[in-house]
Amino acid sequence: MKQYRKSILFVSGNNPKMLQDAPIFGSDGVVFDLEQAVAVEEKDSARLLVKEALRFLDYSGVDVIIRINALDSGYGEQDIELIARERPFAVMIPKASPEQITKIESKLAKIELEEGFPAESIKLIPVIETAYALQYVHKIITSSPRITGVFFNAEGLTADFGMQRTKKGEEIIYARSRIVVACRAEKLNAIDTPFLDSNDYEGLEKDCYRARNMGFTGKAAIDGRQIKIIHDIFD
Amino acid sequence: MKNALGREIPEYIEGYGVVRPFMGAFANYGMRERASVRLRSVKPGEQKLLATIDEALDKVGIKDGMTVSFHHHLRNGDYVLNLVMAAIAKRGIKDIHVAATGIFPIHEPLVEYIKQGIVTGISVNYISPGPVAKAITKGLLKNPAVMMSHGGRPRAIESGDLHIDVAFIASPEADAYGNINGVGGKAACGTLSYIIADSIYADKVVAVTDSLAPYPACPIDITQDFVDYVVVVDSIGDPGGIVSGTTKVTSDPVGLRIAKTAAQVIDATGYIKNELSFQTGAGGTSLAVAAEVRKIMKAKGVVGSFGAGGVTGYIVDMLNDGLFRNIFDVQCFDLKAVASYRDNPRHQAMSGSLYGNPHDKGAIVNNLDVMILGATEIDLDFNVNVVTGSDGTIMGASGGHNDTAAGAKLAMVVTNLTKGRLPVVKDKVTTVTTPGETIDVLVTERGIAVNPRRQDLLEKLKETDLPVKSIEELKEISEKMTGKPEPIEFTEKIVAVVEYRDGTVIDVVRQPK
Repeated sequence: MKQYRKSILFVSGNNPKMLQDAPIFGSDGVVFDLEQAVAVEEKDSARLLVKEALRFLDYSGVDVIIRINALDSGYGEQDIELIARERPFAVMIPKASPEQITKIESKLAKIELEEGFPAESIKLIPVIETAYALQYVHKIITSSPRITGVFFNAEGLTADFGMQRTKKGEEIIYARSRIVVACRAEKLNAIDTPFLDSNDYEGLEKDCYRARNMGFTGKAAIDGRQIKIIHDIFD
Repeated sequence: MKNALGREIPEYIEGYGVVRPFMGAFANYGMRERASVRLRSVKPGEQKLLATIDEALDKVGIKDGMTVSFHHHLRNGDYVLNLVMAAIAKRGIKDIHVAATGIFPIHEPLVEYIKQGIVTGISVNYISPGPVAKAITKGLLKNPAVMMSHGGRPRAIESGDLHIDVAFIASPEADAYGNINGVGGKAACGTLSYIIADSIYADKVVAVTDSLAPYPACPIDITQDFVDYVVVVDSIGDPGGIVSGTTKVTSDPVGLRIAKTAAQVIDATGYIKNELSFQTGAGGTSLAVAAEVRKIMKAKGVVGSFGAGGVTGYIVDMLNDGLFRNIFDVQCFDLKAVASYRDNPRHQAMSGSLYGNPHDKGAIVNNLDVMILGATEIDLDFNVNVVTGSDGTIMGASGGHNDTAAGAKLAMVVTNLTKGRLPVVKDKVTTVTTPGETIDVLVTERGIAVNPRRQDLLEKLKETDLPVKSIEELKEISEKMTGKPEPIEFTEKIVAVVEYRDGTVIDVVRQPK
């Protein structure tokens, strides 16, 4: 296990091949997504698949992070109950709020006790993807000692605002700045939103430079091919 | 008996004959003799142009038990094999041995001829997964198929091991006196390299063309002194089928990861330098290796001596970028390669014999620095299988695999560690195509294994941060992901004999249960 800082690679939790290949690209962290990438009818099977992957595959060189479903979706609690017992490095919390974090904390504490894991060994990574979360980002990131960093999901935020998302990203300058200031103040990892055109390496490079120069510690990836560029720029 | 790799093979195989067991990749060199050629000389004024394939069959005296040969430069667009075999079948002729350099799904009519006893033998150096491969696997062919390499086939022809009665040459362009080229006509396919030995050594040679050019059909690939007859047909093939299935760099992140690692290995072991000679296949991952090597060559300002093999537009781009001085081309995989062969004198054809024949006076493979290879399976001794799939079905033949592995200074297998949820690294491969003594490095997405015979490479790679592991470790990693598959069960029936490039038997394929 290492401390993710420069890169996290998102992998759909319902894709066995991607789960298997996730650690080979050299990212600091891999995020097994049970939320956005998984359709409602596949939530159960994806959860089980991720659990089996954590049991049988070798992720020793990478931080495994699980993006659970939000608690109010009706799936989040089951995600925690099943996955936390495999002791992932961290749980990523969508639509983060201090209230949700408190609830998740207490569930994790119970599981850690039952499983004999050290207290607070499972970390938290809130996702900033709503206007509410952006407004209260400092409060959110200081709401638990388990929090090691923040993931900024620009797609979620711009959808929440009803804004058009662009490659240049002028629409998210304020959000990026606000998140970075909060994270830097608390010495936490700040992971920037992924660049979604995985065939546009030049665009990725520019986006990485923008994020790095604003103070992000790293960037999320949605394709293994993006990792090298991210590492080169955030090094 | 057991051959040098410990493979259990009979001393005699019905329908094949006495078995010469594989003795080692470099055990069979020395003085050789070429077969003599019987030909009918042509008097001035004689005509070679015939109206139909039927007429050609009359002229060559086709009869039961003959060996007829074809080339596969038109690949899955080839019509000539089917046209000729249909005409032979119509005559009620039986017991034909089809010596084709390659067989593709388009050649499905062969299956019916096999069932009817019209075709009782097949020799081939490349076969695509498809109906004919399945028919062979099922044991429908009377005699075992003989799987050769691209260099092994011309060796067999030149030595007399494989005697061709009639060679039917799909000719993109020909003149009425038998000069043939591969760059003119509607179905231009580039070089005609694999059929060169047939044109020299077959008793009769028939050019089958759909584009009759005024005399002489320059630039000539096969000259008139080797050709008995010329037949004009409506179409020799579909140009759309000529383009090999995968001729683009993969976009698969895992394939790219493997390719990057492979290029780093080539660089770290000191091969990326001026005069580099390099060959890779047309698969997406292989081309990705070429793409990574290209980047390093450019960065270092390296100019290679030649790129070789089946040639794609990608290798042509490297030639045009000045990264190689020359190309040696045994088959064009796409139309860009065809055009380059036609227009650029630095893009040279090489015959199959010049490419990989172990018993000539030095094949091009002997001058290769780096060869990138694929594998269906590889075992702990680095033996490679490219003939049979995970269920024992025939899905390929050596092609140039064992030729280039033997010749290249760095023979590198690049593959995913698991394929179709099955491990690629096995205790023993199902069928050996290429002996482990000629394979130097295995590169996968989860690590690199160096053949212990190559301590020099191992030492160099240890100085890097590349993930070097033992092949046993890679096997363990893959089996941890996939489990250990149940062994395939086979009957005793031998459906194919796998010849090493020197004509010895490296393995046999038995019919799966």
